[in-house]
Amino acid sequence: MLLTITHTGANATDLGYLLHKNPHRPQAFELSFGKAYVFYPEKGENRCTAALLLDIDPIDLARGKAGSKNGLFDYVNDRPYVCSSFMSTAISRVYGTAMSGRCEQRPDLAGSAIELSATVAMLPCRKDASMLERVFSPLGYSVEFASGELDGLYPEWGASPYVDLTLSGTVRLKDLLLHLYVLIPVFDRQKHYWVGEDEIEKLLCHGKGWLEGHPEREFIVRGYFNRRKQYLARLALERLDDGEGGARDEMGKSGEEETDRQPSLNKRRLEAVVAALKDNGAASVIDMGCGEGNLLRLLLKERSFAKVAGTDLSLSALERAGRRIRLDRLPETLKNRVTVFQSSLTYRDGRFSGYDAAACVEVIEHIDRNRLPAFERVLFGCAKPRVIVLTTPNVEYNENYEFLGEGLLRHGDHRFEWTRGQFREWGDRTAQKHGYSVSYSDIGDADGERGAPTQMGVFVLCKQSS
Amino acid sequence: MQAEQLKIPALCVVALIGASGSGKSTFARRVFKPTEVLSSDFFRGLVSDDENDQSCTKDAFDALYYVANKRLDAGKLVVIDATNVQKKAREKLLQTAGEQNCHAVAIVLDLPEELCQTRNKLRPDRNYPAHVVRSHVRELKRSLKHLRHEGFRYVYVLNSQEDADSAELVRTPLWSDKRDEAGPFDIIGDVHGCYDELCELLGRMGYSVDRDGCAAVPPGKRKAVFLGDLCDRGPENVKTLRLAMNMVEAKTALCVPGNHEVKLLRKLKGAEVSPTHGFDVNVRQMESEPPEFADRVKIFLDGLVSHYILDGGNLVVAHAGLKEKLHGRASGKVRSFCLYGETTGETDEFGLPVRFNWAEEYRGRPKVVYGHTPSMKVQTANNTHCIDTGCVFGGKLTALRYPENELVQVSAGREYYAPSKPLQGETDDRGDMLDINDVLGKLYISTRFHRGISIQEENSAAALEIMSRFSADPRWLIYLPPTMSPCEASGMEDYLEHPLEAMNYYRKRGAGAVVCEEKHMGSRAVIVLCRDDGAAKSRFGVEDGSIGLIYTRTGRHFFDAANSGKEAEILRRLCAVLEATGFWKEFGTDWVCLDAELMPWSAKAGHLLAEQYAPVGRAGLGGLGRAVSVLGQAAGIRGQEWAAGENASGQNVDLAEILGIYEQRRESVGLYVDAYRRYCWPVESVDDYRIAPFHVLATENRVWSECGHLTHLEAIERYMTGIDPIFMATEHISADLSSDAGAKEAVDWWSALTESGGEGMVVKPLDFIHRFDGGLIQPAVKCRGREYLRIIYGPEYTRPDHLKRLKKRSLAKKSRLALSEFSLGMESLERFVKRDPLYRVHECVFAVLAMESEPVDPRL
Repeated sequence: MLLTITHTGANATDLGYLLHKNPHRPQAFELSFGKAYVFYPEKGENRCTAALLLDIDPIDLARGKAGSKNGLFDYVNDRPYVCSSFMSTAISRVYGTAMSGRCEQRPDLAGSAIELSATVAMLPCRKDASMLERVFSPLGYSVEFASGELDGLYPEWGASPYVDLTLSGTVRLKDLLLHLYVLIPVFDRQKHYWVGEDEIEKLLCHGKGWLEGHPEREFIVRGYFNRRKQYLARLALERLDDGEGGARDEMGKSGEEETDRQPSLNKRRLEAVVAALKDNGAASVIDMGCGEGNLLRLLLKERSFAKVAGTDLSLSALERAGRRIRLDRLPETLKNRVTVFQSSLTYRDGRFSGYDAAACVEVIEHIDRNRLPAFERVLFGCAKPRVIVLTTPNVEYNENYEFLGEGLLRHGDHRFEWTRGQFREWGDRTAQKHGYSVSYSDIGDADGERGAPTQMGVFVLCKQSS
Repeated sequence: MQAEQLKIPALCVVALIGASGSGKSTFARRVFKPTEVLSSDFFRGLVSDDENDQSCTKDAFDALYYVANKRLDAGKLVVIDATNVQKKAREKLLQTAGEQNCHAVAIVLDLPEELCQTRNKLRPDRNYPAHVVRSHVRELKRSLKHLRHEGFRYVYVLNSQEDADSAELVRTPLWSDKRDEAGPFDIIGDVHGCYDELCELLGRMGYSVDRDGCAAVPPGKRKAVFLGDLCDRGPENVKTLRLAMNMVEAKTALCVPGNHEVKLLRKLKGAEVSPTHGFDVNVRQMESEPPEFADRVKIFLDGLVSHYILDGGNLVVAHAGLKEKLHGRASGKVRSFCLYGETTGETDEFGLPVRFNWAEEYRGRPKVVYGHTPSMKVQTANNTHCIDTGCVFGGKLTALRYPENELVQVSAGREYYAPSKPLQGETDDRGDMLDINDVLGKLYISTRFHRGISIQEENSAAALEIMSRFSADPRWLIYLPPTMSPCEASGMEDYLEHPLEAMNYYRKRGAGAVVCEEKHMGSRAVIVLCRDDGAAKSRFGVEDGSIGLIYTRTGRHFFDAANSGKEAEILRRLCAVLEATGFWKEFGTDWVCLDAELMPWSAKAGHLLAEQYAPVGRAGLGGLGRAVSVLGQAAGIRGQEWAAGENASGQNVDLAEILGIYEQRRESVGLYVDAYRRYCWPVESVDDYRIAPFHVLATENRVWSECGHLTHLEAIERYMTGIDPIFMATEHISADLSSDAGAKEAVDWWSALTESGGEGMVVKPLDFIHRFDGGLIQPAVKCRGREYLRIIYGPEYTRPDHLKRLKKRSLAKKSRLALSEFSLGMESLERFVKRDPLYRVHECVFAVLAMESEPVDPRL
């Protein structure tokens, strides 16, 4: 909510000319989200400080302005108190002329690097404060920041996620403002406005001359767009590369895949599942827990599967799956082969029937143990497809993931992960109870003692003696 | 001449057959309801705007049969008003009747051709060429003698206009329809010739039995119902049959046929029947009787009806059970299902056909009682009961008394016949599998305390995700608590919520007094606790050794897997308290469901505190602190204040004034931090928790909704608190609303409570369920403290310009949800207590969760 900019040197109050704000006149500016004040807590001959203070209306934030559809945030919200994209907006509104580098009274001063420092109060910096150094140092600043405990009374809650950041260096005021404008939201990672493709233009324009060659360019670009808009970050990076080519790391991978180090594990898993389905002559397949449709896409490519269905608990995942396989644009013949619907694996569901095979890829570990009997009955007892291909992580392999703390599972939503022994015990018992035979195999590079990262069970219904 | 009576079954498909112009529609209008008659002309009009457009006939009939099937699905009679003179046209009609398991009836208007021709000429809208009508008539004449053979159960031919005008339609109930018989009934499972056991069973139920005379007289108005398979395998088939026949003839019993009766009937009718499954013994016993007996048996068996619908449609009996779609229908398929059930086409390890488990999928309202499949124990699933407990195989003979729902059992004297596979014992497939159709899509749930409640499809889709991913085992979830509305915003300047508004709500709605209960600042917790794991197994069907659980208002385990030990300890300790205070005994129960608040807030909301509440405090104190110091610095400098020049874009401000505002803001954030800190304390062991139950929701056979809140609180104090310190009572006072003094006392109590850091209070009418003006009113309204509300509305909500805007809030949706959720919660408990099937309880619980996905201001 507060940004102070200090100029030291002879005629320090010239800062007033550069900012186009009279040091002797405290002023208020109406902004769409509240007010901004500009005033000077210091105006000495050799040192002058301008403060930009925001007064963000929390009620409008929470409820939306009168007439607008709804608000963005909770009432109990750090937004009114921190430096975020609101501050960037205020910089461009209140210091816009300075940011463009124009100054009729002191054109030389505006064009030259001067002694400046800026203090950003309460900058959200949740992850790695060392990034502050790595982002600002290459731009010519010396970086200081102070944090503290989140709540002194409860040290167990850890450190405060906010820092008071001070940058000092000999830079042009214009550059300092541009850097702050772009980089405050990179650390805050939330934007108070709708981010569309024009945000790319804005980034490239404001980053011109310093972003292209910045060593932390990727961190900056990815941070500039929030998690949901990583495709925009990808586009922006491509633009910055400007034909340099060079494939970048894939972005938007799920958390688990990132922990899997072996980047192609997911691919190998899906290929193994498809192979198992084909080996067992599956004529039609239902993918139970299809998520965003990765397997579904592979299944559709195989002509031998006359009918393919994908089902998942999450409506949003299904929507993405539908987009991924371009459900609404498939030609009629292909469209008739595929069905996508919401379901739950702990409720009996007539729609699960009528498929020769079911795939259940990395799903059971998301089901609470005490719900497994229901899952078994739904899949093995009621749906009862001829073939069931089921994969799940092998917990023994987790030791190979250095960054996974001891006893931690690969994904926050995993309710359990099985050893090979535990998987086999469950598989054997379930197969026996429901009249299936089962065989097991490894997916991924096996480590002698700990086995492979993923384990697969292929269940085949025993022939009925009739 | 007497008018002809056209007797037709109450549910059937009626074909009107007659040439164009024979007066079918006129006839139909006279004897049927307009909605029963589906006319091909009308459907031609619907699909093409032209009733005479023959080119759209196919589409018209598609639409007609679509509607016909919908009506038949709903058990409604259908009349098909088309010429129906061609065999081909009638085939579709007969096929539909067959698929819907009901009879087809033909009513033929065989009128002279000239009459038809004349009428057609008189109709300006119709210009059938004469030859068409002529061919209609010809085809009709040709068809007449084949109609019965084609499959029409009843055929009526009206040869003249006078006949058509005078014929009377008589609707007769199906033979299976005995809705008028309300019982009470004693329904007896497969006897298989176990006469001794049958007599003993009847004796035990108070029948006076004449063993040698093969007769029994029921006590009072009771009636016995035999579920078939009276004979074969067992020792005394003749006596058993004789007793059943005597009772049926005396109208003191009903009997439906079993597969063994059908086999016997085939033999008696002269067919070759294989002498297996103890049939040979039966035949020998029959042969030693005089021939009149065989004739009597033949007539008796021939007259048996596949199943009965009894007691206004609330009870269905059939030998092998009956799925809902076939209740009250008549067809070979219905009969076959009643006698043999359905098989899946597979065979089991003993080479016997695998039976289709229709009961597991049964979702009908009527109770179905059946036999046929022997097992060690009565198999109950979804309001169906299989009471064949294998007496002849050395098991028991079982009777189910209706409507008492009591079982009476007699053990077999010995094993009379060796079963071909061991009787099914305990299974983990309890038949309580939930089906996706129980919860997905648009739901409609009728509740006994409130109106019916609709759940929108998108809300059930959202709830499915939450329920499946996070909720506890549905068998434990017998209740979800409702959301609670706050009182209306206060008119008092400094307050957003004030007790006067809460009390006014009830005063205006006829409550003379209210109970004010301290609102604990913790997390809502529902506790379901059994006296031991045996009770958990028998009452909840949970067999993992747990005795209960503590769950949140969204049905999640309060304690995650890593902390399940704490949950178990709390439950054990509560169980010990209830044991010590004699609760179990005095309430006559071995389980209880409690509504409670679990503290500290930080135990459950730790994440929220660390991720949201504390950071806001930190950011607020930090940000405002720096702002105040910078403002102070600037305000302290004396500088020339310039007037705004022409270029100035901003407005002049008075720094001292701004400084004052920011100092106040910083103080507010300080108060906010104080507020959340009050509800946080570290939890190291179970001893650090506090649990305050405030409703004893339900125990065996009882939902405690007819007891007022004071009774609940007294029972809790008496049986649950004061022994183990983790279980605490809830402070409360009652306020007399008729006097200002009473209200003032409540206000003072609230002020003291909230000023010392309390969250606030909940105001409830004295009665658990309070009605006013015919409708249910809010079961509780909350009134939160001024400081506490900083956690809800933000640290600075008390700023006058904020408060003014915050007071404009609409409670309508929240109140509506609160009422609906409350009635759903009570409904689910009622259903559980009445031992409704799991899906019936679950749908209410699911509906509460679905309603909670409805977007509503979370601050309310």
